[in-house]
Amino acid sequence: MVRVTLVGNLRQFADGISELEIEAATIKQLFARLSERFPALAPHLEDGMAVAIDGIIYQEALLQPISDNAEVHVLPAIPGG
Amino acid sequence: MQEKVGNPPKDGDFKWVGTNAIRPDGVEKVTGQARYGADLNMAGQLTGLVLRSPHPHARIVKIDTSKAEALAGVKAIITSDDFEEQDPTLAAAGEMMVNYLDVSRNVIACDKVLYEGHALAAVAATSKSIAKKALKLIEVEYELLPHVIDPVEAMQADAPILHEDMITAGVNPPPEKPSNISKQMEFALGDIDKGFADADLIIEREFKTQPVHQGYIEPHACLANVTADNQAELWVTTQGHWIVRAHCARLLGWDISKVRVTSSEIGGGFGGKTVVYLEPLALALSKKSGRPVKMTMSREDTIRATGPTSGAVVKVKIGASKDGRITAGQADMIYQAGAFQGSPVAQGAMTAFAPYELDNVKVTGLDVVSNRPKVAAYRAPGAPISEYAVECVIDEIAGKLGIDPIDLRLKNAAKEGTQTAYGPKLGPIGMIETLEATQATEHYKTPLGPNQGRGVASGFWYNIGGQTTVMMALNEDGSFNLTIGTPDIGGLRASMALMAAEELGVDYKSIRPIIGDTQQLGYNFLTGGSRACFSSGMATVEAAREIIQEACSRAAKLWELPEEAVDYKDGWIRPAGDNAGAHEPISIAEIGRMAGKTGGAIIGNAKINAQGAAPSLGQHLVDVEVDPETGKVSVIRYTVIQDAGRAIHPAYVEGQYQGGAAQGIGWALNEEYIYGDDGKLQNASFLDYRIPVASDLPMIDTVIVEVPNPNHPYGVRGVGETAIVPPMGAIANAVADATGVRFSELPMSPPKVLKQLDLARAANDADLKM
Repeated sequence: MVRVTLVGNLRQFADGISELEIEAATIKQLFARLSERFPALAPHLEDGMAVAIDGIIYQEALLQPISDNAEVHVLPAIPGG
Repeated sequence: MQEKVGNPPKDGDFKWVGTNAIRPDGVEKVTGQARYGADLNMAGQLTGLVLRSPHPHARIVKIDTSKAEALAGVKAIITSDDFEEQDPTLAAAGEMMVNYLDVSRNVIACDKVLYEGHALAAVAATSKSIAKKALKLIEVEYELLPHVIDPVEAMQADAPILHEDMITAGVNPPPEKPSNISKQMEFALGDIDKGFADADLIIEREFKTQPVHQGYIEPHACLANVTADNQAELWVTTQGHWIVRAHCARLLGWDISKVRVTSSEIGGGFGGKTVVYLEPLALALSKKSGRPVKMTMSREDTIRATGPTSGAVVKVKIGASKDGRITAGQADMIYQAGAFQGSPVAQGAMTAFAPYELDNVKVTGLDVVSNRPKVAAYRAPGAPISEYAVECVIDEIAGKLGIDPIDLRLKNAAKEGTQTAYGPKLGPIGMIETLEATQATEHYKTPLGPNQGRGVASGFWYNIGGQTTVMMALNEDGSFNLTIGTPDIGGLRASMALMAAEELGVDYKSIRPIIGDTQQLGYNFLTGGSRACFSSGMATVEAAREIIQEACSRAAKLWELPEEAVDYKDGWIRPAGDNAGAHEPISIAEIGRMAGKTGGAIIGNAKINAQGAAPSLGQHLVDVEVDPETGKVSVIRYTVIQDAGRAIHPAYVEGQYQGGAAQGIGWALNEEYIYGDDGKLQNASFLDYRIPVASDLPMIDTVIVEVPNPNHPYGVRGVGETAIVPPMGAIANAVADATGVRFSELPMSPPKVLKQLDLARAANDADLKM
C-alpha cells in the first residue's frame, strides 16, 4: 500500500478526500486505481499531473515503479519556461 | 522508454567539467555567420504578412479577401477556414496537455478577435510591399464589443465576457453563469488559523505587478516549404522544434512524420518561444501557394501580439514569533491569463513559500482572462511574481523584529526533508548554503552611502526533466559527432561536449555538438524548465557510455578476450589484468578507424525520460541609490548567489545568473505595458517599453554554490529560471531600505517612486529617510 496525497484542487473530485492509502505498483496503476475509486478525478489525472514518489517528482512516467510504503503526491505538472 | 533517474554524481577532479571551454558556436556568432530564424532563404520564396485586429474585442462578422486575392503578386491568403476545427478537450502534445482549440484560435482568430494585434488572416506575396498592399485590401467587418484589460476589473459581475462557455473550474458546485475566471485553486499545509494564532507579529500586504515581455532580442521568424504531397520543412527560431512540429501537424491536420522542423540559432526565448505564432500560418501559406514562405515578426508585433507573462494582484499575510520563526504563510493571488486561459498561477502558488520550512501555509489562486495577448511562459513562470510579494513581507518582518534579513531566512530555511506546500518533501538543496555564502560576500559587508539601500531576496524553482534523445557517433578519424535535440539557448552545446569529453576521456575539441532536427532524432521535449543541461546531459552521458561499451567490445573481440577482460580509461582500452594476456593498449580513435571492419559504425543512442531534476535555490543581494528629487532608482551593486549543483561550464552558468538578474531588474524598475482607454497598446517598441541595456547596470557579480543533485551523473541542477525569481523582491527591499517607504506596485519607475515619496513627505511619515 502507498500513502497518496492529492494536492491542490484534486480533493474536490475525490469526495473531499486528500489523503488515502491505495494499492499501486506503478504510476499507471495509481492513476487507474484512483480513477476507479473517484471517476470524477479521471479526466484531471489525464490533465497533466506530476507524481512525486518519496520526494522525487516524475512527469509523464506512467511505468515508474512505486515501492511499497512509498509517500506519493499527485500535483499539477510543472511547465517549462 | 526508460524513466531515467541517473546515477549518483561523480566527485573529484575533473579534466573538462567545470572548465570554461571555448564555445563551439562562438566564432560564427561573433562574425555574423550564425543563422538565426530570419537568415535562411530559399529560391522562389514568398513573403508572408499577418493581418492583425485593430480592436481589443470584436466579433468577426465577415472577412472578404477577394480584392486582395486579385492583386498581382499575391499567391495565397489564409483565414481560420484553412485550419482544422479543434476539440476543446485537452490533448497530448508530446509532454504537454494542450487545449488545441485555444491554440488554434490564438494563432488565427475564428469568430472573435480578443486582443489588439490578434491575427485573423495572412497573405503570401512576391514582395513585402505587395503583401502590405494586400493586407489593406482585405475587408473585415467587425461588431465591436466592450473590452476589459485589468484582471480585477475582468472579474467583476458586469465585466465584458470573453468566452461564453467559460465556467470557473475548481469551484464546487460549479457556477451557473460564465465569467472571466477560468479556474481557482488552493494549496494548503497544516493549520493556517493556528499558525496565525501562534504569531507575535502578523504583516499583511497587497502587491501589484504588471505583465512584462520576455524581451528576446530576436523576433519570431520562420521559413516554410511544403510540397504538393504535404512533405513540409520548417526552419524556425524556437525553444522546442518537436513542440512546433506537434502543434503545426495538429492544427493543419497533417501527419507528424511529414513535418520536418529545424531549429535555427536562437536570439533569446526565455519561455516566449515555447509556443507557435507564425509557424502554422507559414506552412499553410506555403501549402496553398506551392512556394516557400518566409515570415518574420516586427518588434512592434512581437510586443503587441505575443504573450508576455502575467500581471497579478497578490495579497500576502505572514505571521512570525518574536524570535523570527515564521508560524504561518498565506497568499491569495489573481493572475492575468490574457485572452485565453492558462496563466502560471498554479506555479506561483506552489513556489511562493517554497524556500522556507513552514508548518502552516495556505495559498489560493485565480486564473483570469482579459483582452490582451495570451500569456506565454517567462522564465520560472509565476514564481517571480509570488516570491516578490512574499520576500517583501519577510523583509518587513525582519525589520520590525530587528533581525538581520539573512538570519531570519536562515532560521526558516527549507532543507533536505522539508515538507513543501505543493506536496513532496525536498531532497538535498542549497538554501542554507546560498544564504551563508551571501553573508560571507564582501558586498554584504560594504557600508552604504547617502540615499543608498541594500536588499536581499530568495528564489526557488523546481526544474524539470523530460523526454530526451541524443545520438553520438565515433567517427572514422577518432573524432565524435554529438547530436542533441534541445535548442541551445544558453551554452548547451559546450556543456554537453564537456560532459562527453569527461566521460570518454578525450579532448573536448574532438567532439562536435550540433542541434539535430526532428527527422534526425527521436522526440525531445523543449528547452525550458531549466531542463536542457540536466536532461540532455544525462542522455549524453548515457550515449558516451554506450560508445565506450561498444568500443571495449570491439577491442575484446580483436584480442579474442571476453568483454569483462578489458578496461577503459582516458580514451584507451587495455587488458584488465595480467591474466588477460599481453596486448598493446588501443585508443578509442583507433577503434573508430577500424569500426567498418569490426562490425560497423559505433554510435551511442540515449532515449530517456529524465526524472530526478532537483530545485535550485538562490539569493540576490542588491544595492540601490534613489534620487530623492526624481525618484530614479539606480542599481549600483548586484550579486547573485545561486546553487548550480555542478557548474559544467561556469561562465555559462554565470551568464544565466546575470541574465536572470538583468531581466528581473527591468521587471522591477521599468517594464510595463501602457494601454489607452481604447484597449490599444501605446508603447510597442523598445524605445518606450524600456528594458535594461548594458549602460543601465553595473557588472553583476556571481557566486556559484554547488550542492550536487544526487539524481544526475554530474550533479547538475538547472539554473536558468531561479535566477529571475529574486530580483524584484531584492530591489523592492533595497528601495525600502534607502527611502524608508515600502513599494507594493511594480514597476518602481521614477514617476511612481517620486509620487510615493511625495505622499510620504506630505504625511510626515516617520519612517521616511529622504
